[in-house]
Parts: sequence; C-alpha cells; structure tokens
Amino acid sequence: MQPENAVNSIRLFSGFARGSLKLILRGNRMYWTWLAFLGALIVSGVLAYSRQVQIGLGLTAMRDQVSWGFYIGNFTFLVGVAAAAVVLVVPAYVYDWKPIREIVIYGELLAISAITMCLLFVVVDIGRPDRFWHLIPPFGFLNFPSSILAWDVLVLNLYFILNLSVATHILYRAFHGKPYIKNLVVPLVLLSIPMAIGIHTVTAFLYNGLAARPYWNSSILAPQFLASAFCSGPAILLIVLQVLRRFTRFEIRDAAIWKIAELMAYAMFLNLFLHGAEAFKEFYSNTQNLLFTRYWYFGVGTHHTLVPYAWSAVALNLLAFGLFISPAARRNFWTLNIGCLATYAGVYIEKGMGLIIPGLTPDTLGEIYEYYPTVTELRVAAGIFAVGFLLFTLMLKVAVPISLGEFLDKKEATARALEVDFSCPV
Amino acid sequence: MRNGLLLLLLSGVILPAADGPKTPPAPAGPERIEVPPPPFSDGIFPCTNCHAGMPVDRTRRELTAMHTDIVLKHDETHRWCLDCHDPTNRDFLHLASGERVPFDESYRLCGQCHSEKYRDWRAGVHGRRTGNWNGDKGYLLCAHCHNPHQPRFKALAPKPAPQPPTRSMP
Amino acid sequence: MTEPENPSRRMFITTAGAAAAGMVLTACGPKRLYEVPPERLKTSIAAMERRYKEQFGKDITVSEQGPLPGVHFAYALDISRCIGCRRCVYRCVDENNQSRHPQIHWIRVFSMEKEKGIDFTHADPYYNPPEVPEEGHFYVPVSCQQCENPPCTKVCPTGATWAEKDGIVVIDYNWCIGCRYCMAACPYGARHFNWRTPTIPENEINTHTHYLGNRPRPKGAVEKCTFCIQRTREGRYPVCVEVCPVGARKFGNILDPNSEIRYIIEHKRVLVLKEELNTVPRFFYFYAT
Repeated sequence: MQPENAVNSIRLFSGFARGSLKLILRGNRMYWTWLAFLGALIVSGVLAYSRQVQIGLGLTAMRDQVSWGFYIGNFTFLVGVAAAAVVLVVPAYVYDWKPIREIVIYGELLAISAITMCLLFVVVDIGRPDRFWHLIPPFGFLNFPSSILAWDVLVLNLYFILNLSVATHILYRAFHGKPYIKNLVVPLVLLSIPMAIGIHTVTAFLYNGLAARPYWNSSILAPQFLASAFCSGPAILLIVLQVLRRFTRFEIRDAAIWKIAELMAYAMFLNLFLHGAEAFKEFYSNTQNLLFTRYWYFGVGTHHTLVPYAWSAVALNLLAFGLFISPAARRNFWTLNIGCLATYAGVYIEKGMGLIIPGLTPDTLGEIYEYYPTVTELRVAAGIFAVGFLLFTLMLKVAVPISLGEFLDKKEATARALEVDFSCPV
Repeated sequence: MRNGLLLLLLSGVILPAADGPKTPPAPAGPERIEVPPPPFSDGIFPCTNCHAGMPVDRTRRELTAMHTDIVLKHDETHRWCLDCHDPTNRDFLHLASGERVPFDESYRLCGQCHSEKYRDWRAGVHGRRTGNWNGDKGYLLCAHCHNPHQPRFKALAPKPAPQPPTRSMP
Repeated sequence: MTEPENPSRRMFITTAGAAAAGMVLTACGPKRLYEVPPERLKTSIAAMERRYKEQFGKDITVSEQGPLPGVHFAYALDISRCIGCRRCVYRCVDENNQSRHPQIHWIRVFSMEKEKGIDFTHADPYYNPPEVPEEGHFYVPVSCQQCENPPCTKVCPTGATWAEKDGIVVIDYNWCIGCRYCMAACPYGARHFNWRTPTIPENEINTHTHYLGNRPRPKGAVEKCTFCIQRTREGRYPVCVEVCPVGARKFGNILDPNSEIRYIIEHKRVLVLKEELNTVPRFFYFYAT
C-alpha cells in the first residue's frame, strides 16, 4: 500500500471513530438512563465475577451432580438468538423480498452482540479462565474433530467474524457514501445461512452426543434447537425495530414486521410439535428415562422446583403461537409485542432451564440435587446481558444514522448529491 | 435285574464324564501355600501341653471344664469339636479321611466342605488381597479372617456417609 | 518514489518470523503432558515438586513412572461380599490426597434393595445405619470404570484427559480448563470437580505421588480415580483392594492369563454397568458365590 493511501485510511478511520464517539455521547435522558442502568448491572456483574474467580465456582449452585447450570443455559439460549439473524436473511436474499433487506443488518448486529454474550458466558463458566488459551493452537491444543466443544469454538468464532466483517464493511462503506461490494457481501451473507444453522446444530450436538444423558441423547434435539432459535431471535429484533422506528427517523415497513412475525409463528409451531413428539415418546415408552421429563413437568417425589417454570414456558409458547398465527393479532401492535415478549420468555425458560437442568437431574447414578442459580450467578449473568445490550445499543447508535444517511464522513456529506442509494445495504 | 442295576450305576459314572468337566480345575501351584502363623490365642498352643496325658472322650457333649469361651456356631447341629480336631493328637486337625493336617494347613480342612472357596482362595480371588499384583501374592489362612468356631462376620459400623451437595459450601 | 518492495521476500520474512515466534512460544511455554518429551517432563515435574514444597512445606515426590509394557489393568468387585462399610472410600481419600473441605470422594457406595436389583434410580449413597450390612440390601461401590471406549476423553476440548497404554484414564491437572464437559459425558458420575481450593490437613498429606494421579490438585480442575497409579505402576495394589475387610475387591493385569482378573472373568459371572452405552468398562462386578 502506498504511504499516502495508508495515511488517508487512517484519517478516514479516525474521522469515523471520532464521529461515532460523538454519536454515542449524544442522547436524551432516556438514553442515558438506559446506559446508566446497564452500567450498574455491568459493575455488579464484574464484582460478583471477581469474587467467583477468587473463591471458585463453589459460589454458584452447581455441584458434581448438576455440573452445568445457569451460565451454560444462557449460553445455549443466546446461540439460538445469534442464529436467528438468518431468519431475516433467507427471505431477503433467497426469496428476494425487498422490505426485509433494510433490516438484515440489524439482525447481524444482534448476532454480534449475542455471540459476544455467548463467549462471555463460556468464560465465566469454566473453572480456569486463565487457561482459556489452552484452546487456541499453536499455543494450546484444540481437540478437533473429536470434541464437539472444539467444533463449537470454531464455528462460533467464524460466525462472529463473518457477521462482524459484513456489518462493518457495509456500514463503513455507507459512511463514505459508497455502496457495499456486492461480490463480497452477497456470498458472505448467503454463507451466513448455513453457518447460522451450523452454529446451532453444533451447539445442539454438544448435548445430543452424550449417551450418558438420555434426556439429551435424542435426535430431535438439533431440529428443536433450530425451531426455538428461529422464534426467539426475531422476537428481540421486532421490539428493537419498533423502538428505532419510534425514536429515530428509521423507517421500516409494517409489512416487514408482519412477515417476520408470521415466520416466527411457523417456527414456534415446529418447536411445539417437536416438544410434543418428545413428550409422547417419553410418556408412552415409559422407561426409566421418563424420569427426567417427569422431573421437569411434574417433579419427582418432594422435588418440585422447576415445575412452575415448565408450565409457564408451555403457556407462554402457546400464547405466542396463538397470537402470531392470527394475521389480525399480528397486525395489532399490542398483541404483537405481547407475543414477542411471550416468545422470548417462553423460549428462554424452556431452553435455558428446561434443557440443562432436567438433563442433569437425576444424575447418572440416580441422585436428585435440585439446582437453581445463586445470587452470584444471577449477578454475573445480568452483567453479561448488560454487556450485550450495551454493545447492541452503541452499535445501533452508530448504525442507524449511517443507514439513514445522517452520519457521513465530511467529504461525502458535502458532496451528497443524493444519487447514491444505500437503502440498506443488506 | 442285577444287569439293569449295573447299567444304571455305570450310566451314573459315564454320562457325567461324557459331558466334560463342569467344574474348573484348581489352579496349578504347590500343594502347600506359605501363610503367616495361625492366629492362636495366647498360650493355647501347643495343645498337647495339656492334652498329652488326658484320656480321650469321644462323647459328643457341651464342654464345661475348659474351652467354655468357645461357642460353636458352625454347623453345630451336626458336628462338634472332634469332627475337626484330631482326637489323638490335639496339635493337629484331621480331614474326613482321618488324615492329620497341621494348623498351618487348615485350609485343606476348610476346603473339604467349602471347596469352591478353597479353589478361589488358591487363585487369589477369595479373601483379602495383599502383596503385588505382578509378583508374589500374600496369602492368609482362612482362620486369619474367619473365626473357625463362629465364621460368620459380625456387622460393622459403616464409615460416615458422604455429605450431600448443598447450595452453600462449607 | 520508492521502489515497491519485493512481495515474495516480505512474505518470506513475515512467515519465517511467525514460525520462529510460534516455535519459541510452544517450546518454552507450558504444554499438555500428553505430548511432552521426556526431558521437558522431568523439568516440569521438578518444578512441581518445588512448588509443592513451598505450598505445603513438605517434600512431596512426584513420580513419572510410565505404563509397564504388556499391562492393561482391570478391576473386579464382588457384590456378593461388599457390606457397604465404606472403608475403601476413606482409605482412598487418604492415599490420593482428596480434598476434605469441600469433600471429594472418588468412590461412592450405593445401597440397593435386593428386590429391585442393580437399579440406580432407587439406590441410596447416603445410607447411615448403625451397622452394615442392612437386611434386604446389598451394596455397589462405583468409581471410575477406566473404560476402553471412554466418553469423557473424546469430549475434552483441550485434550487434557486421555487413556494411557495400561488402560488408566488420566487427567493433566495443569492443562484442564475446568469446562466440565467430561463430567456431563461420564455415565458413571466418576469425575469430580474442585469447586473451591481443595484442603488437605497437613499431617495427612500422602507425599508419595504421581504426576497423573494423586498429587495435590488445583482449584478449577477435574479429578477422578486413577487406579492408584502411583502404586499400581510399581506393582502394588490400589489401597481400596488392600483395605477391604471382606476381600470384595480384586485387581490385576487382564492381559496376564494367570491373573486373578482372568480367573474371575472365566469362572465367575461378571457384569458391567450400563453395558448398552458401549463404554467397555474395565471395572467388572461379579458374584463369587
């Protein structure tokens, strides 16, 4: 690269950086309250985590009998959220449905935030975070292809890099008033479809491959993960898009929102169907493996901690399905948003708690230890969610003005002649 | 009829043999096995110290003059002391055939009735194992673990149960 | 205007530099013990012994004895004899430097009902009657089965656990990142985690240790039964075998046709736990009578 080009790039980037900083630091009271709230949660999380590092994972409620819990449950849920960006990509690119093209980039930003949270949840869950580098060749050793966790490390990071590259490319080009490079972006975006399915399938295989845990060792797990992922991710996005529409000049057609809701309905149907199939197999075959499902829905003996959560998840999912399948309910923004919250909550419970804990209760030798998170786990998890939301907020704070053409570099801003159409790149 | 009886007897002998050996052969090894000294109570051995001059009374009875501390609970409805202890020389035990065995070969006596355990013991499978897995095995006499007069083990107090997992750690 | 640099030369320099850095880093830095050359192993172990001296104030020897040739260990437990006295559990705790607070037991004894048979759903590891054995109950101790097809070693993301040539599944306590995937994968509940810093009373530390076995472990790593690797690789029995008061435990080299283990397999009726999972355990249960 010629020296002049190098200097120019640095100048351009610093302009971008300074401009972004200005955008981030400018906001109304609601914005700052939101940031303060997230900041408080992050500080609380960091304090709780540092105590956990000092004393050990004994501060959580996890024990030998239930050796994975809240952290891994959240990790699993968030991988699903990250995969959901593809729900938007498929109609936009594969079916060339233009109204959705405007918002695919927000799906990618959501995916980036979600993967960040996933990685953080893994870091807080392992017993020796100082040995994280043991996973990274050539300093460490990644037990690929034998360990599914090794696969997960690879695909999650690849998906992260993919989304980060595409999103930053598009936004940065838009910042300079230039269209994105179609030949670069479109293949990558299309690649993100199998990759999104890939990350969640690999995450499902983490559990699926363990013969020691009959509750997980069922082929239905991977499709069920995908179905629940495809409802939960867009749920957050729909709410965010409506928020953006309300507080910025961002425009999104109602048709796009309704279409996403409709797709979520089908995903939720599949999710409910697969759960039903699983329940049939367990109850009808009536082997000892029924005990895990029974613990989740009805409790075993005196152990009933999870039962209210199980039925809440069922009720919320059914409610969401009912609301989204009806076009009238989809078009009413009250019912639409209730549906989104119900989906998010229902899938969160069912995938977070309803997957990990019943899979490990009773344990391999028949013992029931009732797990539910301690305050330390809740604080750390809240802190990580706050990091994700903060990241998403800050990215949106920069991305929305760029896509609206409000945030441009100086040169382009003055030369704006309106002919460049970057209605959202993606 | 006599021929029929003979045929029956022969079939009793031949047929089982024709099935092949059902029981595993005793493991090869020296007939005599080195063991630590028998666990005698203090001063009780050699028995001939007292019994050398005593007359032998083979009447089955409950002892009142001596050895009253021994309560026999080992097939006591059918057997008594002299079914194992040699009547003429109390420094020995005897087999069913009358053959005398010394106390440090008492396993041969026990093995008469408890043959499966005897075979297992010779293989190193019955009883507590000490020594080296790839070298010399340490053997103990039956009597080192089992009281020959009351062989059934007494119940033991178990060591403490593990602590169940709790949300708050110690 | 300067001449453009020769791209191939630049590429060569950068790759050479990266390779050199990589070599230096991997040569000097820690490595998982599975692939460490013998010289490196000796220095690592010497460093371990020094650290233990500082930490515990005692001379703890760490053996690096490798597997003996022609040996594949197997274990047999006689459930017609076990009375559930738990002496094996506590002898193991002493020998293998297990943490007292929080409590780690590598052996777990289950009390089962004779009517139900071997059924873990109805088993109780917390039995505590005044005397054992209890009427109508039998006992099944469970510890690492040292499987030939171990589900735990294939899931470890960093390769910190593997099966040695003599059949013992071992863990490199300094390489384990504590992700606990192996614990989820083990069907026998045999793996245990150090949820806090382990504590061993000073006067009870066993100073004769093995680098893959009973040396004091750090917080945040997984541990489990190693068939007393510090003893068995020197020809001795695991301590659970020696302490059992009823002689229910047997151990030996399954490749040796004259071993007790082969005798048991050939003459007794052996079974393994969860056979349908195809883990091929080297821990057999049998009935001697």
